[in-house]
Amino acid sequence: MPVSTVPFIQEPPLTVQADAARRRIEELLRAEEELILPRWHAIAKAPADELREIYLALLSGFQEGEDLTEVRGALAELSRSRARQGHTPSDTARAVFGLKEAVYETVERDGTAEALLGFTWFSRLIDDLGLFTFESYASAREKIILDQAEQLLELSTPVVKLWDGIVAVPLVGTLDSARTQVVMEKLLQTLVDNGAEHAVIDITGVPAVDTQVAQHLLKTVFAARLMGAECVISGIRPQIAHTIVTLGIEFGDIVTKASLADALAYMLRRRGIEISQAERPRIAVRTEHR
Amino acid sequence: MMERIPILKLGDTLIVSIQGDLEDQGVLALQEDLADKVVMTGARGVIIDISAVEIVDSYIGRMLATIADILRMLDADTVVVGMRPAVAITLVELGLSLGGVRTALDLEKGVALLDHVRSTPR
Repeated sequence: MPVSTVPFIQEPPLTVQADAARRRIEELLRAEEELILPRWHAIAKAPADELREIYLALLSGFQEGEDLTEVRGALAELSRSRARQGHTPSDTARAVFGLKEAVYETVERDGTAEALLGFTWFSRLIDDLGLFTFESYASAREKIILDQAEQLLELSTPVVKLWDGIVAVPLVGTLDSARTQVVMEKLLQTLVDNGAEHAVIDITGVPAVDTQVAQHLLKTVFAARLMGAECVISGIRPQIAHTIVTLGIEFGDIVTKASLADALAYMLRRRGIEISQAERPRIAVRTEHR
Repeated sequence: MMERIPILKLGDTLIVSIQGDLEDQGVLALQEDLADKVVMTGARGVIIDISAVEIVDSYIGRMLATIADILRMLDADTVVVGMRPAVAITLVELGLSLGGVRTALDLEKGVALLDHVRSTPR
C-alpha cells in the first residue's frame, strides 16, 4: 500500500540549546518508560502492546538520528487495525496525541528548562505523527474504493447470447461515461465475435436515465448500426419513459420495448423465426356460490 | 503514382476490399473508379469491405456516404461491411451516422443483405 509520507516541518539547524533539550526528552522517555507507557495506555485506551511497539520504535528512531520510518510503519499498522475495529481516524489520532499528555506529566516532574523546551519540539513531532495516522487511514480507504470501482466495472458488463445471432446486455446500476464506454466496446466486440446482427440493451436495472446516459445509449445504438447490427433498448420502466419524454430526448427510429421478453420476441420475428405454442391444456374453473 | 484499390466483379455485384488505412487521395480515386465500373458493368450492388481499416476520420466517413449517394444515382445499392468497433465508435463520436449507407457485419451478410434488398421492390 502506498502510504504518502507526511512532510515533516523543515527544522532550522540545531542550536546547542535545542539539541540539549531534545536529548533531555529522549533521556526522560528512556528513563521513565515504566511510568509513561501505562499512563499513555490509560489515556489512549488502545492495546498496550501496540503502544509499546510504537514507543520502542520512537526510541530507536531517536537513536538513529530521528529516523522515523519504523514509527510510521507501526503507526500505519495501528491505524489499519483500529479502523478495522470500527474506530474513527480521530480516535486513533487522539490516542497518538495522548502520548503528549503522558510525557508532559513526566516533564513537569523533571521541571528543568531543557525538558520544557524539548517538550515543544516533541509535541510538534507527535502532532505530525498523529496526522500521519489520519493520512494512512484516508489512503487505505481510497484504495478500497478504487478497488471496488474496478471490480464493479468488471462485474457489471456481461454480454449474454440469447439466440443464434441475438445478444443482450443487461445493464445494472447507475451508468456513467466510463461504464458506458466499457459496455459499448464490449457489446460491439461481441457483435463481431459472434457474428450477431441483433442486440438488446436491457436497462431494467438502471435506476435513472438522464440526458447524458441517454446520449451514451444512443451512441451505442448508432455505432452498432454502423457495424451492420440492429439494437433494441428494452426494460424501460414507466418513470424512465416519463423522464425521457420530459427531458425531450429523441430516440428517433430506435426500437424500444417495455420488457426483455418483448424485445426477444421482436428480434426473433425480425430474424424470421416463428414461435408457436403447443396446444394449451384446458383448465376448468368452477366457482361455487355460497 | 497512387496504388488503385482493386474492384472485383461477382455476378452483378462489385466487391471492394480496402486493405490498410485509407488516404484521402485513395478514396477519391475509389469513388471515380467505382462510378465508372458501375456504369460499365451495370452492377446493381456494391460491397465495400473495411474490416482491415483501423482508422477512419471525418473526411473518409463523409466520403463513404458520398460514394453511396453517387452509386444510388447509378441505381446500385452500397453496403459497407466489417466495420470495426473502434471505427464505429469514432464515427459516432464525430457525429457521423452515415445515413443512407447500408451496413453489415461481414461480407457474407453483406451479400445476403443485397439479395434481400433486391428481392423486395423499391
